[in-house]
Amino acid sequence: MMTIEEFGRRFRDGEVTSTQVTEECLRRIDADNARLNAFTLVMADEALRRAREADKEFTSGTDRGPLHGVPISIKDIIDIRGVPTTASSRVREGHVAERDAPVIAHLRQAGAVLVGKTNLHEFAFGTTSEDSAFGAVKNPRDPARSAGGSSGGSGASVAAGMALASIGTDTGGSVRIPAAVCGTVGLKPTLGEISIDGVVPLSRTMDHVGPLTASVADASLVYHALLGDTRTAPPVPMPMHGLRLAVPRKYFCDLLDNEVRARFEAAIDRLRASGAHIDEIEIRHATDIAPVYLHIVLSDAAAYHAHTLETVPDRYTPPVRLRLEMGRYVMAEDYVRALAGREVLAREVDAALAQHDALVLPTLPIVAPPIGAATVEVGSTREPVRNVMLRLTQLFNVTGHPAVSIPMGPTSSGLPCGIQLVGCRHQTDALLKVALACEPQITGISVPRGGTVGG
Amino acid sequence: MTIDAWLQAAIADAERRGLPDLKPVLETLAKATTALRAADFNQSAVDSRQSKVESRKSATESSDQSSDDSRRNQSSVDSR
Repeated sequence: MMTIEEFGRRFRDGEVTSTQVTEECLRRIDADNARLNAFTLVMADEALRRAREADKEFTSGTDRGPLHGVPISIKDIIDIRGVPTTASSRVREGHVAERDAPVIAHLRQAGAVLVGKTNLHEFAFGTTSEDSAFGAVKNPRDPARSAGGSSGGSGASVAAGMALASIGTDTGGSVRIPAAVCGTVGLKPTLGEISIDGVVPLSRTMDHVGPLTASVADASLVYHALLGDTRTAPPVPMPMHGLRLAVPRKYFCDLLDNEVRARFEAAIDRLRASGAHIDEIEIRHATDIAPVYLHIVLSDAAAYHAHTLETVPDRYTPPVRLRLEMGRYVMAEDYVRALAGREVLAREVDAALAQHDALVLPTLPIVAPPIGAATVEVGSTREPVRNVMLRLTQLFNVTGHPAVSIPMGPTSSGLPCGIQLVGCRHQTDALLKVALACEPQITGISVPRGGTVGG
Repeated sequence: MTIDAWLQAAIADAERRGLPDLKPVLETLAKATTALRAADFNQSAVDSRQSKVESRKSATESSDQSSDDSRRNQSSVDSR
């Protein structure tokens, strides 16, 4: 994976053009998309036209900032004017977006080159990207395994070098989960920071837009572009010495695959050895997270889909239809209980962060599950795939705290896994400064992950 | 509505709608709802209600049966 930072340096030094890098991404899409099923739509002609414009603009003296000429893929749940927003569902057959979502407008303003739209779990309502009108997304590291979800095509496209970044959405972990299993960085900003207008909703109260990238610095650059802020450099990393990190072991480390646990403990050891102060803390009410999340997301999703569940039920994939139908049976009193629980959980996470710069926990208890698996072995138990994949991420959609997943090195079988850093609400930039400092210790490599895209 | 009563009604409705596959999904939801209703933050509400009852008892025992107390008791019952 070439980073956006690396591209920017080489682009501005005249070593590489946007057209060359875009052509390389399109070549990789052409070579691998049939195998990985990452894209629902490849916008090759428009991408090349935009890339040539970006090159021409730059040589004539206009520099739009760090995303100028950068090829980016977009989850097919976000409106791009003039093309369908399918949400990977037959329910939306015939749809064509009339205007760009604000985040797309911001990316265009920043000079990004949109290479295409990426496959996802239908209506973002799943963690494996298997239930899709376009078929399952495959993991680039092992095509027999899931690319995670719901932004599975986004994770696969970045990991396979088909784009330098992707824009996903995250309602229970849908940016961070594919980032972890595909080996990329994934950022869920603070709830409400980035516009979700022009995005097909799953839960309007928990949906977030966020980037998947090759590095934390790139995530920061894309995050700021999504805000409409074209700053030219990532923030300065926090000093490692004296950094205060908190590990919530109870619940969050109770159920982990042995190899994920080993990678996590090794990363914690490296962080401690680098000068970070590591405390162990407890987040009270953690066992209530899943019921609280479930009652909110089911109700919100059922409300949005009620009409089409009546008129075109057979156009949904059966598992997603059943999940949406489940939401129609949630009682109002339980939805209200869940809202009360949401406030309690937000206060608990605030309290856990009061004396710390970030929480540190695994992103996922497992590596990428095999495609088609309903359950997965975790330590000595078998767990439902969906439950276990959401277990460590969904809390921060409930509470709105910013969270970033960073690769913590492959397991012995070569599969990626991720570590999650969580910051204070409305302090996404502060979290990114912590993440920039921790990234070399977490990945176990001291230089940014390099790549060969663009030669 | 109790969870058992809700589950029976929901399964019957799903079968009436020709969606028998919903049954295991609804059973899963019933487990989650049971957990939600058993959460500590709900127990806190019960605790605060009990403490209102306790303080009401205490007020009743330690003072005359004034009309003010009577009104306060009624509103506590109402809100409960």
